[in-house]
Amino acid sequence: MAIFQSSAAEITIFRSSVGRKIIMAVTGVMLMAFVCVHLLGNSTVFFGAGAINAYAEHLHSLGPLVWVFRLAMLGLFAVHIIFGIQLTLENSAATPEKNVQIKRLRTGFAAQTMIVSGLVLLAFVVYHLLHFTVQVPGMGVYEFNEATHMTNVFIMVASGFKQVFTVLLYVVGMIFLALHLSHGFQSFFQTLGLNNDRSLPLFGAISKVFGVVILFGYISIPLLIIFGLVK
Amino acid sequence: MKLTLHVWRQNGPDEEGRLETYDAPAVSPDQSFLEMLDDINEVLVTEGKDTIAFDHDCREGICGMCSQVIDGVPHGGMDRTTVCQLHMRVFNDGDEVFIEPWKAKAFPIVKDLVVDRGALDTIIQAGGYTSCHTGGVADGNALPIGNPTAEYAMDAAECIGCGACVASCPNSSAMLFTGAKVAQLAVLPQGEVEAKRRVNMMLEAGKELGLGNCTNHYECQASCPKGVDVKFIAKLNREYIKALL
Amino acid sequence: MILDGKCPSGPIETSWDRARFENKLVNPSNKRKYKILCVGTGLAGGAAAASLGELGYSVHAFCYQDSARRAHSIAAQGGINAAKNYPNDGDSIYRLFYDTVKGGDFRAREADVWRLAQVSNNIIDQCVAQGVPFARDYAGYLDNRSFGGAQVSRTFYARGQTGQQLLLGAYSALSRQIKAGTVKLFPRREMLDLVVVDGEAKGITVRNLCNGEIESHWGDAVIIASGGYVNVFYLSTNAMGCSVTAQWRAAKKGAYFANPCFTQIHPTCIPQHGEHQSKLTLMSESLRNDGRCWVPKKAENCEKPAGEIAEDDRDYYLERKYPSFGNLAPRDIASRAAKEQCDDERGVGPGKRGVYLDFEDSINRLGEGTIAGRYGNLFEMYEKITDENGYKQPMRIYPAPHYAMGGLWVDYNCMSNIPGLFVLGEANFSVHGANRLGASALMQGLADGYFVIPYTIAGYLAQTKPGAVTTDAPEFKESAESVKGEMDKLLSINGTKSPSALHRKLGSLMWENVGMARSEESLKDALAKIPAIRDEFWSDLKVVGSGEVFNNQLEQAWRLADFLEFAEVLCHDALNREESCGGHFRTEHQTDDGEAMRDDENFCYAAAWEFKGAGNTPELHKEPLKFENVKLAVRSYK
Repeated sequence: MAIFQSSAAEITIFRSSVGRKIIMAVTGVMLMAFVCVHLLGNSTVFFGAGAINAYAEHLHSLGPLVWVFRLAMLGLFAVHIIFGIQLTLENSAATPEKNVQIKRLRTGFAAQTMIVSGLVLLAFVVYHLLHFTVQVPGMGVYEFNEATHMTNVFIMVASGFKQVFTVLLYVVGMIFLALHLSHGFQSFFQTLGLNNDRSLPLFGAISKVFGVVILFGYISIPLLIIFGLVK
Repeated sequence: MKLTLHVWRQNGPDEEGRLETYDAPAVSPDQSFLEMLDDINEVLVTEGKDTIAFDHDCREGICGMCSQVIDGVPHGGMDRTTVCQLHMRVFNDGDEVFIEPWKAKAFPIVKDLVVDRGALDTIIQAGGYTSCHTGGVADGNALPIGNPTAEYAMDAAECIGCGACVASCPNSSAMLFTGAKVAQLAVLPQGEVEAKRRVNMMLEAGKELGLGNCTNHYECQASCPKGVDVKFIAKLNREYIKALL
Repeated sequence: MILDGKCPSGPIETSWDRARFENKLVNPSNKRKYKILCVGTGLAGGAAAASLGELGYSVHAFCYQDSARRAHSIAAQGGINAAKNYPNDGDSIYRLFYDTVKGGDFRAREADVWRLAQVSNNIIDQCVAQGVPFARDYAGYLDNRSFGGAQVSRTFYARGQTGQQLLLGAYSALSRQIKAGTVKLFPRREMLDLVVVDGEAKGITVRNLCNGEIESHWGDAVIIASGGYVNVFYLSTNAMGCSVTAQWRAAKKGAYFANPCFTQIHPTCIPQHGEHQSKLTLMSESLRNDGRCWVPKKAENCEKPAGEIAEDDRDYYLERKYPSFGNLAPRDIASRAAKEQCDDERGVGPGKRGVYLDFEDSINRLGEGTIAGRYGNLFEMYEKITDENGYKQPMRIYPAPHYAMGGLWVDYNCMSNIPGLFVLGEANFSVHGANRLGASALMQGLADGYFVIPYTIAGYLAQTKPGAVTTDAPEFKESAESVKGEMDKLLSINGTKSPSALHRKLGSLMWENVGMARSEESLKDALAKIPAIRDEFWSDLKVVGSGEVFNNQLEQAWRLADFLEFAEVLCHDALNREESCGGHFRTEHQTDDGEAMRDDENFCYAAAWEFKGAGNTPELHKEPLKFENVKLAVRSYK
């Protein structure tokens, strides 16, 4: 008996297959929450320069809290990525050789490309942070406002999304985000065991809708800007 | 009808494998898939060639011995049907049919289409039981178990241990197999006592064996010849969380 | 020789309790020193290995499948009997005992049957404790159904997969012991010899089916629980790997084979569809609760679709012949009646070997939904195999070999005439007599494994020194060499016939001559033809592949070699038993209206045959059967 107990104690959540899956799900759902809040914040751009700049100033005024939040998000992101890569490597090691013919019956493109969409998103986030947060000189138009000690966010965004290449980059990034979420959202419920045979198809459908809503929500900003509908 | 078969041939676990082509010139639609292979083997015997090795036993869909990936799907993709219950009438004259073994690191190939599924036994040995003694147990009716609970446990217990869930999983994960046993025993009062230890030990065994992690593709349910539901994986996850807290 | 079954004397009600008390015990601290070999991991073998391991013995278990969970016990559908009397309908241990003795047509040992009935209740408790999901009612209590014509509801079930669930229960108990280290499992091993040292069973020789290695294993006792032999008919409901080999290898070392002619033919199987069919599929007997068996009255109507045959032109033969039991007549009787109709050229379907099982009346009376609720999975299975819809047109069924009541002779302690060799479950002959009742096979397997052998084996072990004989004994080397020699011989014949071609040949001869009805003429004919097939086997067999790798063909050939010797003994037994009883029907011994005529005067004994070499007449040893509690009576289902 003692053997079982001591070895069971050693099985930490960071080692267990399901434990790490739960970590993926929980960090994933937090990142999803961020994606939603971020979209709501960004949508202030539709109300003009004043609105989004005011929103930015409000965030800025939180001071050190912003950094706490940023570090937390970074942590979540890192954990999600590290475990995602680790699990994927284990999974491919579990299937060193594949059948010549493979026909999938139920899974979809999104589920099968989580690692791809995930890595693309990582690259996208790095680019996005450099573009809008770090504000690497030359990547965009950064007008410093002495009064607020801040870059004029509206000009930065609007000028960025006047360039076809940048818009394309953002649209492609968001398509991958949508793919990632369309599998990830319903996965959360299954992984935390909040699922049964009746809820599963429902969550699956909601998940797809969620992905599409996020996609259109986000790409509406660059698209409306490039087509001159937001001024 | 006439079929062309592409069959995986491999002499041993460490040997190189390849697809070889065989003609099946006179297939009766009433034959089962394995009987069709029997006929091919009869011809190979008369030609003095090594026959195609495949696992099979009861040939009525319950023992879980038969294990072939047919045209890319374990058991051939007919709803709730094992290879031995797959009948040739679902094929058409002139079809090309690919026949391959289960492939996973945890299932080394013995020969041709025969694999070693001892990993599944090891998972059960890790905790897929109640630790009751022979004799000295309570009367069968001592603990009432509601009909829906008994039915739920039976749904989970339908698993025949064929390993199609692992073979169909892009990650070679055995979570449906593990989840079905964990769920069956967790809902019954007799098994609940050890539920926490069981889920941890069985999951750890799967990891040690080099089986993959579940990423919710649900291919396992689609190819399961008994239609075991992925809700049992959700139950497994729930049991894990319960054990964690 | 007259055999002694060593049954306890005195009142039957206390016989098992007294026997348990009188049995010697092995000191708990000594148990781990004893090694027990267990061949077969089905209900009997799996349960035995698990229970003995739990007691502390060191157990080595062997099976030919890749996992202990796949033994053919798994295919049993209907249920398991127990005398719980939960439904309050008058059942008791005595009634279960009585029904089993009578159902077996008075060819079983009373004391063994009593013990079976007594421990039947423990089995249910044990399985529930293991987590077997038996059917439950809405109050949460175990559900029962009536099965196989029994007049009480004593059958426990888990959907249509009772055998599977019970086996998985035994398998889980076994897995627990494997984890605990008391049982070591050797899967994919075929037992090919029993090693006898100084007249006692001390080991086995097995072949590793993956790499062809011949292995010697010693044990202080050997248990054979390898199931039955009806694959001697080639087409049967048994799994492809089921064989007589383990039993036969023991028989060749001197173990007596009892009542081999008692084979059960199950009436509700899906008929054969073609030459190259590999097995027959059974559908639960419960179908006969709502289905009516019929054939056309006139042979010329047999080709017509069933729907075009007028009601008046149909012969509901079971209802006609057995008005009180009708379609629920016992298995042996229903099977024989189906054969009679087909012999009369009134069979239906391809080859005209089939009768209709018609649900039209039940569907009209109860509705398709009710019928689907009761038998949905069976209709589905039928459609998968035949591509016919049983709701729209009658099913076609035909009897198929299903179970072997005969087996190695054992005494009350389940020990054969070779000391140290124990035989359990279908592999022994003890409790079913000449006919097994529905839902009794599972009961026997688990009774032997969980509740009989753990007690009786101690009586033998207590008087032997543990580990006295190991594989160092010269007998092991001799045995391994003879097995290797056999393998080389099989691989070197290099003829033209495949093992399955020859097996089909033996099977059709056995089915025609020694199947559902036997006569002196047909048996003598079989005895004349079997040696010819055996000669053909040893001169014209072709086994491709090598002995050093996984080789299905070699396995099949080896099993067939044993069937070819065993078949003769089966025929000798059938020829000797000049009476009709249970599954054994001699056409010379029937009443004017075709009913079986038992001869208690001359044949109230178990016939135990000693093998004297292939082609020689085996020697008969008799164990007289006494019936002190159930009065000998004629079974009538009129």
